[in-house]
Amino acid sequence: MTLYYTQDHEWLDVAGDTATVGITDYAQEQLGDVVFVELPAVGAGLKKGGDAAVVESVKAASDVYSPVSGTVSEANAALEAEPALVNTAAEGEGWFFKLVLGDAGELAGLMDRAAYDAFVATL
Amino acid sequence: MSDADSQPLILDALHRELGGRMVAFAGYAMPIQYDGIIAEHLWTRENAGLFDVSHMGQVLLPLAADAALEALLPGDIIGLGEGVLRYSLLLNDDGGILDDLMVTRRADDLYLVVNGAVKAADIAHLRAAGLQVDERADWALLALQGPKAVDVLERLVPGVGALRFMRAGAFDWQGHRLWVSRSGYTGEDGFEISVPNGAAEALARALLAHDEVKPIGLGARDSLRLEAGLPLYGHDLDPTVTPVTAGLAFAISKRRKTELGFPGAARIMAQLLDGPPVKRVGLKVEGKLPAREGAEVFAGGVRVGTLTSGGFAPSLGYPIAMAFVDAAHAADGTPLEIIVRGKSLMATVVPMPFKTKNYVRAEGGPA
Repeated sequence: MTLYYTQDHEWLDVAGDTATVGITDYAQEQLGDVVFVELPAVGAGLKKGGDAAVVESVKAASDVYSPVSGTVSEANAALEAEPALVNTAAEGEGWFFKLVLGDAGELAGLMDRAAYDAFVATL
Repeated sequence: MSDADSQPLILDALHRELGGRMVAFAGYAMPIQYDGIIAEHLWTRENAGLFDVSHMGQVLLPLAADAALEALLPGDIIGLGEGVLRYSLLLNDDGGILDDLMVTRRADDLYLVVNGAVKAADIAHLRAAGLQVDERADWALLALQGPKAVDVLERLVPGVGALRFMRAGAFDWQGHRLWVSRSGYTGEDGFEISVPNGAAEALARALLAHDEVKPIGLGARDSLRLEAGLPLYGHDLDPTVTPVTAGLAFAISKRRKTELGFPGAARIMAQLLDGPPVKRVGLKVEGKLPAREGAEVFAGGVRVGTLTSGGFAPSLGYPIAMAFVDAAHAADGTPLEIIVRGKSLMATVVPMPFKTKNYVRAEGGPA
């Protein structure tokens, strides 16, 4: 299991050829209270940088882009009943979807935790 | 979300100290939230929330300007009693809404509170009509809203509890002159307090020192007013909207309906008589996905309107919206569809307010 982060404030937990994807605690803090998450359909093909999900906070709708390419293998059904999991457990139970990686080489361009924390410190 | 180009409010440092997340709004850096919008919203409904609304314009006109002011809006200002607030609408020549505002007759002047985003335009409009306008940028404006507001403010400013909804008076607090109105824009009981800039921080801290009071940001102000069915200028109201299409015909005072002489009177009276072509309605949205300003509204595949406000209603637990729809589809109970990102959401026209208001009214209701 290896954790990766993006400048769009997503995290990826990669195990084998599958990545679990969510948004970081920093991102949920910026969004505020999440009231709805629109998740991709299982089987959907996502392109790196393409639309993957939409997070609706009380304030506004925010797009979430896919950090890597791949095929959606699971969407987090728990978010349907309890979208606030994104606020309370952004980097755990509040995960968005799982993706079978299309190109493991894309992971090379992502950040590790230390690099992400340094990036957030500049914001 | 940069606030670099915005003016600081007089309480800027206090907002930052309290953890307010500052955003640009109406030309000012303002707190959108402190603890979180839902928590702040629910706190205000149960306790008391302190809002800094100093971005709004506070304007004085001479008492003798009442007749001239009536030429710009459809309210009865000449007949307004001392210490009474009247909600009114500045109108253009077509009867379109330039702003909504509060007018209070005081002993020595008329006191107006106008929206922050259009206050410069409002003042220019008043001056162009020959009115002598005194903008009081030296006063801050705080709103204390919620069922416990009266207990808290009465402790600091004895006597305010005797005011009823839409009534106001002058009070003294630690040697500072306050102008206190029992009014607000949350649907809850509460007060709006005009305070000299130099005393604003001390008053805010004195209010926040009470356990019942927490600071509340713009985000919850918006969700509270939406649940209360109150329109927001620049979103639900603009110059394309008239008092009749906006469902604000109550703001056309009885005497003015017969005497006329307000801008757009012919068009507005025709809309009152014949019914308006479109109406502002409340919508209850099925499911959990919020529909927002700008979303299109359909009935049986035909476009019949547009959302002007919308979002999740924290006190109700579901999404609600305001929309302008063709009058034929505006009756309570009418099923409509809202398109959000290509998806069709079911919605129903419901009466507003969505959430019952908790005003403390005078005998016989508001003046």
